[in-house]
Amino acid sequence: MIPEIGHFALIIALFLSVVQSVFPLAGASLGISRWVALAKPAALTQLLFVAISYVCLTWAFLQNDFSVLYVATNSNTELPIIYLISGVWGAHEGSLLLWVLILALWSGAVAIFSPNVPQVMRARVLGVMGLISFGFLLFILLTSNPFDRLFPAAMEGRDLNPLLQDVGLAIHPPMLYIGYVGFSVAFAFSIAALISGQVDSAWARWARPWTNVAWLFLTAGIALGSWWAYYELGWGGWWFWDPVENASFMPWLMGTALMHSLAITEKRGTFKAWTALLAIFAFSLSLLGTFLVRSGVLTSVHAFASDPERGVFILAFLVIVVGGSLALYSWRAPKMKSAAQTNLLSREMALLCNNIFLTVATAAILLGTLYPIAIDAMGGKISVGPPYFNIVFLSITAPLGIFIGIGMLIRWRKDTPQNLWSRIKIPAIGVLLVAFLISLTLPQWIWSAFAGLAMSLWIAVTAIMAIHERFKNRPLMTSLRATPSGFYGMILGHVGIAVFIVGITLTSLYNVEKDLRMASGDVYSVAGYDFQFNGVKKEDIENYVSTRGHFTVTSQADDFRAELSPEKRIYRVQQSPMTEAAIDAGFTRDLFIALGEPLDDKGSWAIRIYYKPFIRWIWLGAIIMALGGLFAASDRRYRQESKEKIPEPTREAVV
Amino acid sequence: MSVKRIAVKQMWVKQMRLFAIVGLLIFNGLSQAAIEFHQFKSPQMEAEYNQLIGELRCLVCQNQNLASSNADLAKDLRRQTHELLMEGNTPDQVADYMVARYGDFVLYRPPLQKNTLLLWLGPFFLLLLVVVVVFMKMRKKQVLVAPEQDAMAKAKQLLSQSNEKEQVEKL
Amino acid sequence: MRFILPLGIFILMAGLLGFGLTLDPKKIPSPLIDKPAPEFSLSKLYALEEKLSKKDLLGQVWVLNVWASWCVSCRAEHAIITELASRNLVDIVGLDYKDQPTDARRWLQQFGNPYSASLMDIDGRVGIDWGVYGVPETFVIGKDGRIKYKHIGPVTKESLEREVIPAIKELLG
Repeated sequence: MIPEIGHFALIIALFLSVVQSVFPLAGASLGISRWVALAKPAALTQLLFVAISYVCLTWAFLQNDFSVLYVATNSNTELPIIYLISGVWGAHEGSLLLWVLILALWSGAVAIFSPNVPQVMRARVLGVMGLISFGFLLFILLTSNPFDRLFPAAMEGRDLNPLLQDVGLAIHPPMLYIGYVGFSVAFAFSIAALISGQVDSAWARWARPWTNVAWLFLTAGIALGSWWAYYELGWGGWWFWDPVENASFMPWLMGTALMHSLAITEKRGTFKAWTALLAIFAFSLSLLGTFLVRSGVLTSVHAFASDPERGVFILAFLVIVVGGSLALYSWRAPKMKSAAQTNLLSREMALLCNNIFLTVATAAILLGTLYPIAIDAMGGKISVGPPYFNIVFLSITAPLGIFIGIGMLIRWRKDTPQNLWSRIKIPAIGVLLVAFLISLTLPQWIWSAFAGLAMSLWIAVTAIMAIHERFKNRPLMTSLRATPSGFYGMILGHVGIAVFIVGITLTSLYNVEKDLRMASGDVYSVAGYDFQFNGVKKEDIENYVSTRGHFTVTSQADDFRAELSPEKRIYRVQQSPMTEAAIDAGFTRDLFIALGEPLDDKGSWAIRIYYKPFIRWIWLGAIIMALGGLFAASDRRYRQESKEKIPEPTREAVV
Repeated sequence: MSVKRIAVKQMWVKQMRLFAIVGLLIFNGLSQAAIEFHQFKSPQMEAEYNQLIGELRCLVCQNQNLASSNADLAKDLRRQTHELLMEGNTPDQVADYMVARYGDFVLYRPPLQKNTLLLWLGPFFLLLLVVVVVFMKMRKKQVLVAPEQDAMAKAKQLLSQSNEKEQVEKL
Repeated sequence: MRFILPLGIFILMAGLLGFGLTLDPKKIPSPLIDKPAPEFSLSKLYALEEKLSKKDLLGQVWVLNVWASWCVSCRAEHAIITELASRNLVDIVGLDYKDQPTDARRWLQQFGNPYSASLMDIDGRVGIDWGVYGVPETFVIGKDGRIKYKHIGPVTKESLEREVIPAIKELLG
């Protein structure tokens, strides 16, 4: 009965999504205020029914209702309760339902938390979001109903994929979805503005906090996924440039560009058409990601069970949504005039450079991701993998670090070369010198290590200079009070990048990897650490059988001692083996041990040992960036009821 | 009654088939690192080996390199890679060996050839194009907006600006 | 003009994606087509001390069918291979890939033996030389020892009639 209620609630939600899109959009254009007023209640009731449906599916998991096909394929009576809850989004159908739930939550949030947005604009935004929701609800109901019954009911479920039985991966999809579904808000704002013709500072101020929040969740979601890959997959990698990873990274890059472009549009009233286009890009790439993951057009390690019928549906939806909005753009954008001119030497120019590099980098990733399909279409077959993306992406984004630094120091509107140069020359030389000295202390001289360190130092130093310039002329307390949290957000975002760059530079250039044969009692030394193997033990645990290796790791130099126990698990239901690496995490290095297969009867095992310097900084950087997003989103200026025109563009009102 | 039973049975068969497909996916999908032990003649050869198995694709996997796959074929190809290196082949020769058998598909680093020109050069060409177009537009706009200024002076100023800019960029 | 550009690029991309849906990303064309077949010299399943090598087969058109007793889809394909053998067009040589002789013999006993000879590739090295990645696979080789055609996965009734047999007939001239 409960699953039928869930199914029925979805159908009602579908009708409500029609109400949410048709009436507000038509009402806004025809000037019928009653219809416009429908937007908010429609969005909220739609949220209610999607939530009911979602709760019903969760209920089916909690009750082990194996008469529901989706539950029978993705759950099991032995599954711990947390994975019963996360199992809901463990496969295609349920994860789509989560997608729709999150979209409904964003719509609800827009309906409730944007009192400063004029009603007509808000109605259009909700209308556009209703359209997207309609597409996805229809998709679920026609091709991917999670409530399909299995008759007769299965006695036992097939269990959740063991790789998904992990806390990190349990929360990774919701975070990611909140992120890239969240770009639908910026997208809807952009479409609403293109319809009404109002792309201005006020519009940018409305769209900014939504973009920031979506971006911060996407940042956290991607970081979480990469962290999970690192500790779970056992090869020490944290990013593989898989099509599905790219599918989440491209919206992130576009979202980053969008945040900066919105800053220009808000401050200076320029680049309007470009900003609107970026908002379309960010969400379109999210939709493209959905297509790539679920259509089977590309092979990916993360792809869902693919089905051409689903592929055709999403592609059609993609063509309607993206094609429609780009057509709208090509029609309305030519009429958008920028309010002010842009100087070659100004903060808006630095931000524009950021946009250029991020957009070209995104285009490169898109090209690399889709290129194999194009070659296939011409009868060949190639692979485009990490070597390509590392070379192309890194060489395009490398100059970006310089602009991040300049961008924080340069003035809005117009700066003079003399003024800028006099401020940056000493820090620039200092940064190069310090980076050089630090590089000398590294195990070996590598030019790219020097470049990476110089880049992140440069960003850190310019961030400090930006704080200093803001605070120097006023008493500290006055400055603190007068500084909008957006400024701190900007600083944190950039410092996060700096930390991140240190992490990827050092860990990819100086990591040590060793595959060994070890018998009980053997000792092996890596980077000053002695790894001693003390044999293995077998145990029965919950829903798997565990084989645990025991290691003692010691270091003379810093009086370090740790017990590490990497593990192999055999999950009983699916009989699939899993490796759980043991990691000693540290601020400046990780020690990583994974257990392989027994090599003989005498207790020799294949063992993998990694020494990964500064790898935590990768995720630390991401956390700082996400925190920056939080600060930027909580800027009080966004919550004020504002009727003012384009604000006085002063240097103080930074980002 | 019997018709109904047949219908139920057919449905059951269908579901079981679905299970089989799903099961297959689980085994073909994400798999974990393979940990093996090999002896090498030198640390350099070990590094070459690691680089090779990192950049060669496991053909039967979803999208994984040889290093991170436990598939049977991946094991065989790792063994082959190791043997070829031990026999004195260079990494390029090993890569050629694989391409001769499996085609360009095994290379995660696509070779620069006629059908990959766009792939390798496209992004840089695009960057150049965008930068040129944007700066041309900026210049034109500035000259248009400030017609009262002496054109020569303006040009000089712009020139010095861009020189400065270049200096900054060099840093 | 420049405002239409994004739309234009998107339409191209959507077209590509639509076309991509009709393609199978897992099918990898063999670089060995029209190239000399790889050298080999392997023991015969029913006479392990006897070896068969490539030059023994020069001058005739023949088919190499890669199979194994552990391979589930080979079982489905076996009837088709048997049918091909019954037409007496060419010799079908089996490449028993990563398999043990006892298992292989039992399998052939159970399902019938359409092969003029089965070659034991126990460690899979010859399979690698032939670029085998998904058993079963089927090759058609010409009199000059060049590979004319390759089929990956089980040969179906339809692909037998439409691809394999025409390729053989063309080589037979």
